[in-house]
Amino acid sequence: MIPELGHFALALALALSCAQAAFGLVGPWRGMPRLMAATPPLAAGALLATAVTFGCLMWSFAVNDTSVSNVAQNSHSAKPMLYKLTATWGSHEGSMVLWVLILALCGGAVAGFGRDLPSALKARVLAVLGLVGVGFFAFILGTSNPFDRLWPPPPDGQGLNPVLQDPGLAFHPPLLYLGYVGCAVTFAFAVAALIEGRVDAAWGRWVRPWALAAWSFLTLGIALGSWWAYYELGWGGYWFWDPVENASLLPWLAGCALLHSAVVVEKREALKTWTVFLALLAFGLSLLGTFLVRSGVLNSVHAFASDPTRGVFILGLLMLYVGGGFALFAWRAAAMTPTGVFAPLSREGSLVLNNLLLCSIAAVVLAGTLYPMFADLLLGQKISVGPPFFNTALLPLAVPLIGAMAVGAVLPWKRARLFPALQRLWWAALGGFAALLLCLALEGARIGPALGFAAGAWVVLGALADIADRLALFSRPRAALARALSLPRSAWGGAVAHSGMGVLILGLAGMGLATDRLALLKPGESAELAGYTWQLDGLESAQGPNYSARRASVSVLDEGRLVAALAPEKRSFPVGRATTTEAAIHTSWLSDLYAVLGDERDGAAVLRLHHNPLAPWIWIGAAIMALGGALSLSDRRVRVSAPAPKAVRGGEARA
Amino acid sequence: MTAVPEKRATPMSRRALMVLPALVAGGAGLGFFAMLRGIGTGSYDPRGVPSALLGKAPPAFELPPLEGVGLPGLSASDLRAPGRPVLVNFFASWCVPCVIEHPQLMRLSRDGVPVFGVGYKDQPADSRRFLERHGNPYARLGVDLPGRASIDWGLYGVPETYLIDRGGVIRWRWAGPVTEDTVRADLGPLLRRYA
Repeated sequence: MIPELGHFALALALALSCAQAAFGLVGPWRGMPRLMAATPPLAAGALLATAVTFGCLMWSFAVNDTSVSNVAQNSHSAKPMLYKLTATWGSHEGSMVLWVLILALCGGAVAGFGRDLPSALKARVLAVLGLVGVGFFAFILGTSNPFDRLWPPPPDGQGLNPVLQDPGLAFHPPLLYLGYVGCAVTFAFAVAALIEGRVDAAWGRWVRPWALAAWSFLTLGIALGSWWAYYELGWGGYWFWDPVENASLLPWLAGCALLHSAVVVEKREALKTWTVFLALLAFGLSLLGTFLVRSGVLNSVHAFASDPTRGVFILGLLMLYVGGGFALFAWRAAAMTPTGVFAPLSREGSLVLNNLLLCSIAAVVLAGTLYPMFADLLLGQKISVGPPFFNTALLPLAVPLIGAMAVGAVLPWKRARLFPALQRLWWAALGGFAALLLCLALEGARIGPALGFAAGAWVVLGALADIADRLALFSRPRAALARALSLPRSAWGGAVAHSGMGVLILGLAGMGLATDRLALLKPGESAELAGYTWQLDGLESAQGPNYSARRASVSVLDEGRLVAALAPEKRSFPVGRATTTEAAIHTSWLSDLYAVLGDERDGAAVLRLHHNPLAPWIWIGAAIMALGGALSLSDRRVRVSAPAPKAVRGGEARA
Repeated sequence: MTAVPEKRATPMSRRALMVLPALVAGGAGLGFFAMLRGIGTGSYDPRGVPSALLGKAPPAFELPPLEGVGLPGLSASDLRAPGRPVLVNFFASWCVPCVIEHPQLMRLSRDGVPVFGVGYKDQPADSRRFLERHGNPYARLGVDLPGRASIDWGLYGVPETYLIDRGGVIRWRWAGPVTEDTVRADLGPLLRRYA
């Protein structure tokens, strides 16, 4: 009964979204205020219906209702309750329901918080969101019904992929989807602006919080996924340039560029066409990711079970939204006349540079991701593009980006002079140089990591210098506190996010110094790595709630003194016949000691041991970046999107 | 495309620039559609395993013969310039898909294609029993009990088959059983091309 209720609510959500799209488009076009006024309640209704759908699906998982085929395939009664609930989005069908739930949430948020939006713009934005909803509700109902029944129901489910039974991965998809789907809102704003044929400062102000929120969630989602890969997959790495990882990085890069160019629209009314293009691109790239993961066109650890019918459907949606958006862009964007002409050396000039570099990076990542697929299709060649390509191709783009990151933030708007800006940053440069020398002195001639440390220090200190400068911390220190309190939170947010990037770069540089070794050890034997003695104390069997495990006890000793006791595990799950490795990690925040248990033979075990300097800083840096986004978002001026008087008049005149 | 639109471009080239994203998206869409079609018909396989050896000579190796069968062993020199295309097939008696592909190898051998075999991590007695039971398509047969030579070949698993052209260059690699479809769609045309 409950699953049928969920199925019904899903169909209801589709109907409401249809109405939302139709009213929202026709209302402003024909000047019918009552149709426009109907869109927010419809969006709220669609949200309610989608929430009921999601709740019903979750309930089916919670009570382990195996007559629902999705539950039978992805859950098991022996699973802990938390993972029964998170299994709701562990399968293709369930994750699509989560996707539309978040889309409906975004629609509800625009309807609820966008009171200051001109009603025509609001109706159009909701219409576009409704249109996106229609496509995905139809996709779920047509090809991936999560409530399909099984008769007779099997006695118990087949279990979730054990790799997914993990807190990090359980919350990785929701965060990532919040980011992906958040891009739908900026997309909707861009399409609405193209329909209206007008982009102004107020538009920039409305779009920015959404771009910020989507970007922050994407940052967290990607970081969580990377962290999960680090501790769960047991390869000791954090990023593999896997096509699916790249698919999540692409909208992040576009979103990051959008975030910065929206500021230029807001402050200077320039870069309008470009910003609209980025908003279309960011959502297009998130949909591309959805397509790549779910259609089976690529082979990856992340890919869902492939089904060409679903692939064709998603491709249709992709073409409808992205192709449609770009076609609208081609038709309407040329009409948007640029107003601001500006000097290359200025805040806006530096933001243009930021955009060019971020988009070039995105282009390289996109090319590296899609090239093997197209080479296979067109030339019949099997090629794999791996880390060496990405590392070498991205370095020359990352270096100027990082260099300009600190400089751009201290440049004034309109017209700047380079020398005063550099004067404010001299001690950041000094710090970077000191980090370079320090690394060379301590680690020898490792030029890559040394440059990484220099870059990280430069960015962190540059952000500090920016804040210190705004507070006049050194010239007039007594008033600094008062100034700190009155400094807009968006300024703090920007500096915090930049420093987070710096911390992340330091983490990457530290990982450049990582060392590892394979050792075949019998209990009592030990191996040397990174100045520590890693001793295997014993091997034992252990029993978990729905798995059995082999566990090794490893003591890490520094000249006889115990530094860490590690217990890496190899778990085997009888349901689903899978094994997972649980790496044991001891972190001192400055470095990780990391051990993975491999196969055992004749009483000896293969252990892979890693020493990863500054590894945690990668994820701490990402968290700081997201925190910066949240700080910026909490700025009253960003949140309360007070429209410029001109915009209101214009909006109503058109309505 | 990354050029800043605020540049004072002439209206026409500006217009063209605006159309570009739609064209690129459309082109990519067509490509993706072709891939999905290809998955359906089998002509596009994202799970295919590429080999680093394609277009190169086989790695250096030397494997002893399987005793009691009366066939010579296999080494890299046998593949240096065979004069006509040959197949190198990695198999094992414990491998079920190897039984599935065996009739195809027998047919190829009858049709005059030299098939060289490598017994991968397989006890000689077991290999002999396997060949007695299912027939022997091999013209040469090496035994790789420790699996070292197979690692140099970059073996993904058994069965796996390579096509080496008359000049001794690896032209094709097939991870998995050679089925009738494989022979018809992939191997047959290649054999004709490199004959």
